[in-house]
Amino acid sequence: MENYHADSDGFYGEFGGAFIPEMLYPNVDELKSRYVEIMESPEFQKEFHQLLREYVGRPTPLYFARRLSEKYGARIYLKREDLCHTGAHKVNNTIGQILMARKLGKKRIIAETGAGQHGVATATVCALMGLPCIVYMGEVDIARQAPNVARMKLLGAEVRPARSGSRTLKDATNEAIRDWINNPEDTHYIIGSVVGPHPYPDMVARFQAVISEEIQKQLLEKEGRDAPDYVIACVGGGSNAAGAYYHYLDRPEVGIIAVEAAGKGISTGESAATSALGTVGIIHGSKTLLMQTTDGQITEPYSISAGLDYPGIGPMHAHLFTSGRGEFHSVTDQQAMEAGKELAALEGIIPAIETAHAFAVLKQRTFNPEDILVFNLSGRGDKDLQTYIEHFNL
Amino acid sequence: MQIKENKKTDRIGVALKKEGPLLSIYFTAGYPHLEDTLPVLRELQKNGVDMIEIGLPFSDPLADGPTIQESSMAALKNGMTTHRLFDQLRDVRSEIHLPLILMGYFNPVLQFGVEAFCEKCREVGIDGLILPDLPLEIYQKQYRAIFEKYGLKMVFLITPQTSEARIRTIDRTSDAFIYMVSTASTTGAQQGFDPAAEDYFKRVSEMNLKNPQIVGFGISNAQTFGQATKHAKGAIIGSAFIKTLTAHGLSGISSFIKSVRP
Repeated sequence: MENYHADSDGFYGEFGGAFIPEMLYPNVDELKSRYVEIMESPEFQKEFHQLLREYVGRPTPLYFARRLSEKYGARIYLKREDLCHTGAHKVNNTIGQILMARKLGKKRIIAETGAGQHGVATATVCALMGLPCIVYMGEVDIARQAPNVARMKLLGAEVRPARSGSRTLKDATNEAIRDWINNPEDTHYIIGSVVGPHPYPDMVARFQAVISEEIQKQLLEKEGRDAPDYVIACVGGGSNAAGAYYHYLDRPEVGIIAVEAAGKGISTGESAATSALGTVGIIHGSKTLLMQTTDGQITEPYSISAGLDYPGIGPMHAHLFTSGRGEFHSVTDQQAMEAGKELAALEGIIPAIETAHAFAVLKQRTFNPEDILVFNLSGRGDKDLQTYIEHFNL
Repeated sequence: MQIKENKKTDRIGVALKKEGPLLSIYFTAGYPHLEDTLPVLRELQKNGVDMIEIGLPFSDPLADGPTIQESSMAALKNGMTTHRLFDQLRDVRSEIHLPLILMGYFNPVLQFGVEAFCEKCREVGIDGLILPDLPLEIYQKQYRAIFEKYGLKMVFLITPQTSEARIRTIDRTSDAFIYMVSTASTTGAQQGFDPAAEDYFKRVSEMNLKNPQIVGFGISNAQTFGQATKHAKGAIIGSAFIKTLTAHGLSGISSFIKSVRP
């Protein structure tokens, strides 16, 4: 049977690895040689789960969406990551990584952020642990995500504008990596998704795996079986998807559905649908699918959702796509906004626009009435209110 | 003809054996103007530098500071591509006899096709490559045979944090020189070297490695060049040279080189 987890060098099939300059080698190598042992220690597990329970508010509910199920003729469950502290699944990873940083004796935390959700989740755990926090954010994103910038500042983080390149998430990530190169001794870099050099994709996936671990238990209680027919998530870098799929990766009876942002449409030149538009290359130290020119220059993606606005996908997802294990869809801005509005109207839940993309798949394919679907409701839509207002003239 | 001659001549080896400290200059291909690549090479040769690194611009140069980021962006905007660079270098060996090293990130090489890239390098007379984000282990496992087949010398970086064991592995894997990154930093970030940096240069020089060491990152003038080459065979100047090109164009090259090595 094919393995969909990372091997010891961080490869998922041909994807992954650590394509890093020597300046990063000692830090990445230290993390690589210690992360599994640290994560699996009883002491770490105890503290991690205690914080997830008492601080984050886990386990998040698995909610049967009755009206959505009736409308689409399937048994639809929602995994309520939107109810996590800070409003999205991102905090599962930042809790894990801040504990990891402490075990490694690091005194200073850096992170990148696009829309600001990961930046807020990082600033939050740094406040919790009393560690200084520097968040790199593209100058363009700072201007369009003012509320999250304010939240990070209130939490005590320093938000540093990334002024290079296109001044968005990709460049914020470059700046965070440059910071790490310049501060090789005392700093831990909390990457926000299942991207970057090994061991990050695997480490972040393992922290997010609490999502599928809970789904198994909760579904068993509700349906008498621990696996759905399909697990469905949106994919930008792919951390919420990795967490929702994790315990089902090697169970072929569970369909894995990934939904990417088509932006204004796959062929408009303003899209972030990496599986459809990407080719094999290297971005941020990982071999994966990414959007680039034939000359190997990385291109700028576009999506209405800042959290899906990344030109690559994590190597796990690239492997799920090329191996055929995952079923990949892409959804336009318009389709995602409609799906978000529908969820609000049918279930009383306003999803993040990232998350709304996943729900639009209900109009793209059919399911059997007895199929059990689990959607990972990765984030809530409060942060996107302005976009909803503008889009629907509310 | 050219290929044959190229195979015979170990230009890097010859340059490294010359008396005195070696001066190598890095510049971004296609900067400040698309067709400046060859004129810059001519100017550098005329002014007596010993080796040249030609930078292949990349959209996301994560080991570089602002100066090289900006020159790379400008070069890409000018229309520079890998294909274009090989076109510009087609007849370079009819006039430039210095060792030429291509330095760039791995993704553009991967898109060109690793073997096709190596073949082109040999064809135009490139002597070596520096690909900072192609790590030693992956090079050894997947690519070494290809690079060696085309007679290209691969140069690896070490930093003050690189362990002695790893430095020795790198020394065994290389047969050109070791690129000694002066301090933990991106390119261009330093203002002179502290005693810790000099201790590190000395420590590495006392390891009796088979490959000479060339210091890079943070060398900008006669003083830092002198400090760097006290214990190392040579030094590479990149960002400071690019700044000169930005401010004075090609006419500034001569006085810049003279100011570094009078």
